Amino acid sequence: MVVRLLVNLSRFIVTFFAATVAVFLLMRAIPGDPAQIALGVNASPELLEETRRQLGTDRPLPVQYVDWVTGLPQGNFGVSFVTRQDISPMIADRVQVSLILVMLSMVVALLIAIPFGTLAAVRHRQPSGVLISAMSQLGVAIPGFLAGILLVVVFAVGLGWLPSNGWTPPGEDFGDFLRRLVLPVAALASVQGAILTRYVRSAVLEVMSEDYLRTARAKGLGPLEALVRHGLRNASIPVLTVTSVQLAALIVGAVVVERVFVIPGLGSMLLDAVGNRDMLTVQSVVMVLVAITLIINLVVDLLYTVLDPRIRKKA
Amino acid sequence: MPISKKPTTGPLLQVTGLNIATKDRSLVRDFNLTMDRGERVGLIGESGSGKSMTTTALMGLLPPGVNATGSVRLAGRDEDLVTASDRQMCRIRGNDMTMVFQEPLTALNPLMKVGPQVAEVMLKHKTVSGRREARDKAVQLLASVKLPDPAEAAKAYPHQLSGGQRQRVMLAMALANDPELLLCDEPTTALDVTVQRQVLDLILESVQLRGTGLLFITHDLSVVANVCDRVLVMNRGIVVEEGSTEEVFTRPQHPYTRGLLAASDLDASDENGRLFTVASAAAYVPPSIQDVLSTVPPSVLRLKTSASAAEESRTGGAGVDERPPSSGRRHGSELDVQPNDGGPAVSTGQEAATEPIISVNNLVRTYERGRTSLFKKPGEVNALRGISFDVHAGQRFGVVGESGSGKSTLLRILAGLDQPSAGSVRVAGNEVAGARESQLIELRRELQIVFQDPMGSLNPRMRVEDIIAEPLLAPGKRVNNALQRRQVREMLAAVDLPADSAERFPHQFSGGQRQRISIARALICRPRVLVADEPVSALDVSVRAQVLNLLSDLVDQYQLTLVFVSHDLGVVRHICDNVVVMRSGEIVESGSTEQIYERPQHEYTRTLVGATMSLRAEMAAREAALQH
Repeated sequence: MVVRLLVNLSRFIVTFFAATVAVFLLMRAIPGDPAQIALGVNASPELLEETRRQLGTDRPLPVQYVDWVTGLPQGNFGVSFVTRQDISPMIADRVQVSLILVMLSMVVALLIAIPFGTLAAVRHRQPSGVLISAMSQLGVAIPGFLAGILLVVVFAVGLGWLPSNGWTPPGEDFGDFLRRLVLPVAALASVQGAILTRYVRSAVLEVMSEDYLRTARAKGLGPLEALVRHGLRNASIPVLTVTSVQLAALIVGAVVVERVFVIPGLGSMLLDAVGNRDMLTVQSVVMVLVAITLIINLVVDLLYTVLDPRIRKKA
Repeated sequence: MPISKKPTTGPLLQVTGLNIATKDRSLVRDFNLTMDRGERVGLIGESGSGKSMTTTALMGLLPPGVNATGSVRLAGRDEDLVTASDRQMCRIRGNDMTMVFQEPLTALNPLMKVGPQVAEVMLKHKTVSGRREARDKAVQLLASVKLPDPAEAAKAYPHQLSGGQRQRVMLAMALANDPELLLCDEPTTALDVTVQRQVLDLILESVQLRGTGLLFITHDLSVVANVCDRVLVMNRGIVVEEGSTEEVFTRPQHPYTRGLLAASDLDASDENGRLFTVASAAAYVPPSIQDVLSTVPPSVLRLKTSASAAEESRTGGAGVDERPPSSGRRHGSELDVQPNDGGPAVSTGQEAATEPIISVNNLVRTYERGRTSLFKKPGEVNALRGISFDVHAGQRFGVVGESGSGKSTLLRILAGLDQPSAGSVRVAGNEVAGARESQLIELRRELQIVFQDPMGSLNPRMRVEDIIAEPLLAPGKRVNNALQRRQVREMLAAVDLPADSAERFPHQFSGGQRQRISIARALICRPRVLVADEPVSALDVSVRAQVLNLLSDLVDQYQLTLVFVSHDLGVVRHICDNVVVMRSGEIVESGSTEQIYERPQHEYTRTLVGATMSLRAEMAAREAALQH
């Protein structure tokens, strides 16, 4: 167990630093001088030289890399070449927004998917089970932004119950924060919930045909009792895998819904930075995403060991 | 635990006119059975006979879409189990009537410790006062099924236990509420022979001790010979014969029973020295009890029963081995009686004079385990610990061992699918150790394998013709399409499959037919050595005899050297003339088959011989026990 944890942690660190090298080099490989971009084509050579010195891009690449990478553990990403602002506090804000939005959506999605997926599996021969399957198919087919627009049309424009867009930090006005959160979370969760419902259904179906469930029935447990006591934990293992993949993808993938609801998330920040050719910001946001993905994987790996005793033994 | 929870009048189980059917197909027709308390009944049938469906129906666990009609009455219960609601059945299942399933590896919840799994069945039926008592009782039960260190075992997860241990846990679970009736569905089929013997003995002992009725479902006649008082034989959903074990086994009335017996009796052979099959069963004479007692070597019988019982049973004849066909079937004489199919004549004295065709020298294979600690060296698994043997051309060489003996590793190395850690293996002049893939082409031409699992070893997306012809694709073997087609046709004929099989896919064939396809594939490039890895262990008894006969025929016809790997000493004894017995990566004993079987020297070989199920030996053991 301890060995596994240590191995995972060292893998985390190695992967992270490999990623810093890759991301850094990729960003420098893109043509375009940041100073030129900042000043425009008509800038004088002296001014360009001066700007390069200010930005630090006149130094050799290894020096720039070490400078950047040593700042990362302290959360110090440097100053944007374009906006000339410190990147770190911006990222901190955006990460907070994205994590709240995505995590909450995922929790809601699971709350939808687990009962409905299980029900769809248990009743897979009955109309109600087929209906759930069909609904989840439909949900998978609907893009998140469309779901978002539909929700806005109905609940914000039509009924006027909720604000149509915007973001209030929870510390400022918690009521308003919640009211503005409802629609984007609903948009993300409905699509993710539909996807996860399908996975929960197939995992439960698989478990239902396992011999140990038959054993449980032979012991005198009722069908639902047997499933709950012996099946669901077994079924949760593949669902956990899919959830973690979806979660990592959603941190950036939420960008479309962020745009619809005008939410300042990490995905939007990345998109803006790419549009502005703000290399250092792009580079920093990507590293944050790498870190989040790796942390998710680390946590999921630990959850596997908690769930499945067969994994505990192996290192 | 109350000794009797119900009034004790009338039969324990009464099944009348049980029919099981899907919407468009009848699975079991008019099944009738009356069982007394404590009676042990065997339900025998091959795959598809409806035996498992019948027991599933008794438990009320038929899959959706399968329906039962008729009546099933269990003593002390008013309701008819066929019409009872699931809620009512839940009170009966695990309490009055319990079940042990075939697959011990998958029948337990992998995420739950076994103690709580045993305790659950008592808590569910409230036969204990609370969790603490359930936990203590579970440990007692685990002790009663003879698990070493039951308190620790209760805290183990299923994957930490061996197959035999898991089956003991299943049995503990089934016996927890002291049921009136125990259903066992092939409980030992997936286990190693020595473990099978232990678990069978345990089941027998447990039901005798508690007076539990036992309904034992199996395809293996020898398994029930010593366990059940009475047997029912099922074929295609119908009970074709019913009677006392002795009656049915010695004086079978129905042709199917006779066929099944004939095919199961590895000690009997027809005039060609081949096993009887269902088709040739008319000529089969079932052994009488006297026959059985005289044909089973006393040494074997002694291993199965207590020494004194065996001594008594020997009083009749001189105890001499009277099996003419089997003992006469030696390699030399075998070749003499075979019609020569045009190949070069092989002299019987060849094997002594020539180089061995397979020469294994001090073979070692060590696997590295995954790390469990950062500081300690990773553990090692010694799959093979320095084994040596020679196989001569034309020999039929048996390798016997249980799981973990290293026989599969040996086979993989022989076939060039794995590399030894040390030592050398030469097959027909090709050294396997250190050889690169390109150097193994010659080896592959000389040595081919028939694998164990006829379901998994054929690519389901390929036509049979392409499967069989695939060895011809090896470099240097390339043939044109017409020739390939002709060769495939020839091989299909050789393995007794219709010519139109070539166009079909594997899933359209039965297990036995697929094994024939595997054999055809192995032989198409005319290898000199055929390695068979448990080729019949996944097959039904009647099919087993056919495939074994086919192998014998082809080995003669193509003058092959056969290496036959098996856990079943009975099968090896029939087909091989020499055998090595393996355990934990070592050869514990080697010699001629009869010598090993009748005069085993090593302790382990003796255990193995004693545990090996043969129809006659089991009947003899039963008889000896009765006489005693």
